[in-house]
Amino acid sequence: MTKSLLLFLIGLMAAGSTAAGSVAVRSGATDRTGASQPAATAAAAASNAPAGPDADRTVATARAAQGAKQSALHTDIGADSVQCCPGTAAQPDDRRRYVSNLDSLQHIGQVTVLGQRAASKIVPVQVLDGKTLSRLSALSVADAIRYFSGVQIKDYGGIGGLKTVNIRSMGSQHVGVFYDGVQLGNAQNGQVDLGRFSLDNMEAVALYNGQKSDLLQAAKDFASAGAIYMTTRTPRLDSARRDNLSVGLKTGSFGTANPSLLWEHRLARRVTSSLSAEYLYTTGRYKFSYAKKDGYDTTEVRRNGDVRALRVEGGLFGQLKGGEWRAKAYYYNSERGYPGASVREEPGKFKHEDRQWDQNFFAQGSLRKRFSKTYSLLANVKYAYDYLHYLSDPRHDVTTMYVNNHYYQQEVYASAAHGFDIFEWWNASLSTDFQWNTLDADLVDFAYPTRNTLLTAAATAMRFRRLRLQGSLLYTYVHDKTRSVGGAAPDKHEWTPTVVALVDPMPGSGLNIRAFYKRIFRMPTLNDLYYTFIGNKYLNPEYTTQYDVGVAYTRGFAGRRLRSLDVQADAYYNEVEDKIIAMPTSNQFQWTMINLGHVEIRGIDLSVQTLWAFGPVGVRARVSYTYQQAQDRTDPASEWYGGQIPYIPWHSGSAILGAAWRGWDLNYSFIYTGERYESVANIRENYAQPWYTHDLSLAKTIALGRHTLRVTAEVNNLFNQQYEVVQCYPMPGTNIRIKINFTL
Amino acid sequence: MIRHEFTRHRAAYVLAALALAAALGGCRKDDEIVRSTSTQVIFEDVKGPVKGFFLLNEGNMGSNKATLDYFDYETGVYTRNIYAERNPGVVKELGDVGNDIQIYGHRLYAVVNCSHFVEVMDAHTARHIGVVSIPNCRYIVFKDRYAYVSSYAGPVKIDPNARLGYVAKVDTATLQVLDTCVVGYQPEEMAIVGDKLYVANSGGYRVPDYDRTVSVIDLRDFREIKKIDVAINLHRLELDRYGQIWVSSRGDYKRTGSKTFVIDSQTDRVIDSLPLLANSNMTRCGDSLYVYSTEWSWITERNTVTYAIVDTRTRRVVSRNFITDGTQKLIKIPYGVAVNPNTHEIFATDAKDYVTPGTLYCFGPDGRKKWSVTTGDIPAHIVFTPYKLQPLGEEGKNEAGRERGADAPTGGSGTGGVKK
Repeated sequence: MTKSLLLFLIGLMAAGSTAAGSVAVRSGATDRTGASQPAATAAAAASNAPAGPDADRTVATARAAQGAKQSALHTDIGADSVQCCPGTAAQPDDRRRYVSNLDSLQHIGQVTVLGQRAASKIVPVQVLDGKTLSRLSALSVADAIRYFSGVQIKDYGGIGGLKTVNIRSMGSQHVGVFYDGVQLGNAQNGQVDLGRFSLDNMEAVALYNGQKSDLLQAAKDFASAGAIYMTTRTPRLDSARRDNLSVGLKTGSFGTANPSLLWEHRLARRVTSSLSAEYLYTTGRYKFSYAKKDGYDTTEVRRNGDVRALRVEGGLFGQLKGGEWRAKAYYYNSERGYPGASVREEPGKFKHEDRQWDQNFFAQGSLRKRFSKTYSLLANVKYAYDYLHYLSDPRHDVTTMYVNNHYYQQEVYASAAHGFDIFEWWNASLSTDFQWNTLDADLVDFAYPTRNTLLTAAATAMRFRRLRLQGSLLYTYVHDKTRSVGGAAPDKHEWTPTVVALVDPMPGSGLNIRAFYKRIFRMPTLNDLYYTFIGNKYLNPEYTTQYDVGVAYTRGFAGRRLRSLDVQADAYYNEVEDKIIAMPTSNQFQWTMINLGHVEIRGIDLSVQTLWAFGPVGVRARVSYTYQQAQDRTDPASEWYGGQIPYIPWHSGSAILGAAWRGWDLNYSFIYTGERYESVANIRENYAQPWYTHDLSLAKTIALGRHTLRVTAEVNNLFNQQYEVVQCYPMPGTNIRIKINFTL
Repeated sequence: MIRHEFTRHRAAYVLAALALAAALGGCRKDDEIVRSTSTQVIFEDVKGPVKGFFLLNEGNMGSNKATLDYFDYETGVYTRNIYAERNPGVVKELGDVGNDIQIYGHRLYAVVNCSHFVEVMDAHTARHIGVVSIPNCRYIVFKDRYAYVSSYAGPVKIDPNARLGYVAKVDTATLQVLDTCVVGYQPEEMAIVGDKLYVANSGGYRVPDYDRTVSVIDLRDFREIKKIDVAINLHRLELDRYGQIWVSSRGDYKRTGSKTFVIDSQTDRVIDSLPLLANSNMTRCGDSLYVYSTEWSWITERNTVTYAIVDTRTRRVVSRNFITDGTQKLIKIPYGVAVNPNTHEIFATDAKDYVTPGTLYCFGPDGRKKWSVTTGDIPAHIVFTPYKLQPLGEEGKNEAGRERGADAPTGGSGTGGVKK
């Protein structure tokens, strides 16, 4: 199967047939977002939240054993999954078309759209634009992503808890996370904590299944099974306005204070700058309850969940003839406590005092330019530095053992993508990326790994009247080095194809049928390969194979109450092979990573989005639903063979209902996650209850001369549901937030 | 117009699907206490002093899933997860990571490592009596009216990394810690001979500077009187009938392999070593020491497991496979081992991947499988009981009378209610 597709793809690339139309490359100018934005990184260094440090602490001791156990919990099949919710997709450009005659919703139209144009829905994509984001009761990008379909967020609770995303149950390490067009890396553990990315200056968050379908994009954009693109705001200055200054403050439950500042400035006719800064403080304290029918009923307070975080980012944005350039620097500095798992303990007896400090810095630049009718270029460069310090000190917490580890990661990245518009209907691209990563840590017997990665992608797209085709082939070469001779993993050479097709059976009808096939892998992380005691340098890459068929229907209805309708439905089958899991080895105190797991995922993602006009009131409603059967197919002899993998609900969904009237915005959002199990052993002991939260927000925008004041009040988890996304990590009950934003 | 209808319907279907999902997957129900489940594993009424056994499942760290199982020799029924339903009022059930279980007098003691206490229960009913608060507690032994519990959580001196562990002396009547005695780094199992308590120091947190000693405490004044140098990373201790203490060294998982050593409690000297006997866990019955070991091979990427029997009198390995019928091939990660001192049945547990329920195997003295049963997560520690566990709902009949004399010491046997 794979082979024949591959041949098909090669055929496509070689072909020189006939037909018409240009897809992505062409849209260089229009498409500014996505690929062209420079990018980003990492703050995310995302370190490891609970898993990492715990794993450290152990490895060699008794508790080591248990720590490793815990990491197993995290890496085990599907364990990385979790929670979810559905979401919905916005197709901003389509929306834009219909919105214009809808005053109260007009602002939506301002949103710069993420690269999605006509070509857009060739792969399933879901977008939340800036306005929607600002109305949602969401503080971080992770909160917003919960509204997408086919996604689970693993959330350790509270503002500071680790939040990672898992697309279509393939595992969070298969998700590429891009910040202004450049991937955020974490070579150490492959996880990006989306809870650290504020929505404060976010202009759009998009989720792609398979890959973004621009043709002119970096090789990295072809290199994950699914991707999240965060796009920050670009300056909006018209000729009359040289500066744009706004200040904001969020406050509310958990002792939260979150001031922010945005300054946009025109430096020259074609050059603008932007400075965005934000400080977050929260005590992270909240009450939570556990109660059993005819049994205990307890209410406790989550402690040591405080966060102090500073984010500063600055950018320069320039226009060129036939293109644009951007440069950005990002700095994030935080300190946080780890409240730990909420397990049985004598109430109030011991305090958890584990702490973590992070510093993340990156600078990136991007240039996109069309040099001739047939040739355009996209170049990206980036440097990133990530520092993590984890401290567990028995002088503060008598139950713990001393762990004091520092990790330093660096990344250098450069990419060049060349686009060729051969005919109106046929274009092609060739992109090459180089990446260098290094990890340093003060661990015993540490390997000090360095990784060099070379990626090359060749892609082509053809557009006919009723059919569009895209194919790409990615070659990845990975070469690792370690300080000790012979300690490095063997080189990897991997070839991975993608084929995408879109049929437009009745041009102009708004109905499209699409399908894609993609095979891609994730490299074992540096932890998987080299972590003292646990690492296994002989690991193979972990592969995923995806098959997707879907329909999309988009239509506007001028003059009717229902102004626009957008429906997407996809059915898919995914396989994860050679899944990297932790396995106990020579005794219960030592674990290693091995390629063992095999998972089969069958799912359906649905989303419907509508815009309505009832007289002066504009209403938007979106609903999403996800069904997933994600089964462990590792060991036919196991009693649990075929079990639903941990934390994947069979049913999940979300709904957003918003109304706008004369500067007032009322928004209701609902998230539902159905029953699921905390282990592949789908038994009562591991059963997790469904959970669902209702959030409500009301905002008023007031014009004060040239200035604008916007005040928002939110009530989240309206019915005070006590729930967990991850076992033993209780989530907050009812909480409130007040946001004030003043634009000078 | 037609198209318009069509799209409306489509939206309606989606909404209906969502509503249906919500209805099916459902709303939250009252969170019920998870009830026990019983399995008839054998039809055989075994008489004798051993009425059954409790099995403590550790549960993965951070999951609060330590659970207690019970097997009844009279009925041949194995019951999983008995603690929660017998103690519905105890917040968050048994706790996080069960590390040791023993019976002393009429009480059942479970050391719950990451909940930082020893859970004390009535051995006849498995009902909660109280807890002994000891941070990072590991193992428990008894003598006279005291329990002794090893703990990693010693005082922190200038270097927080050089934190010694201690042994706590607990009054079994009041459940109060009376005294603590600082020993080596990260102390593990203990054994009592006369007035001396031996504790194996691992130093597992101090890689690569493992501890390599067994501390000896004089129980009369509860002071450490000496340290016996043995080997790195010590873990298990097992006392035999000749006053010899068998000690396991875990090695460093790299160059230095796991080994077994013997200390003479008369002289407090290492008198023998069995370098070829890797030792992950051991238990003794009569003169037979049952030892299993798991060694990881990078070549096959598998664990190689040995199930050996050592004659404690001659100190010779007499068998390299106490499982004789090939069942060992089914065991992925051997974890707990126990031998019924009455029937000489051998029990071995399989912890599998640590995040799904394990399996308990029962073998006859000939090493042939008699039965097996699914347990909780990470089945690990077994204690045989001289009392039949009262069925749920019938317990409490004689409780008052029994409790009165509950902690009368039963003699110097040190471990539990059933003598080996």
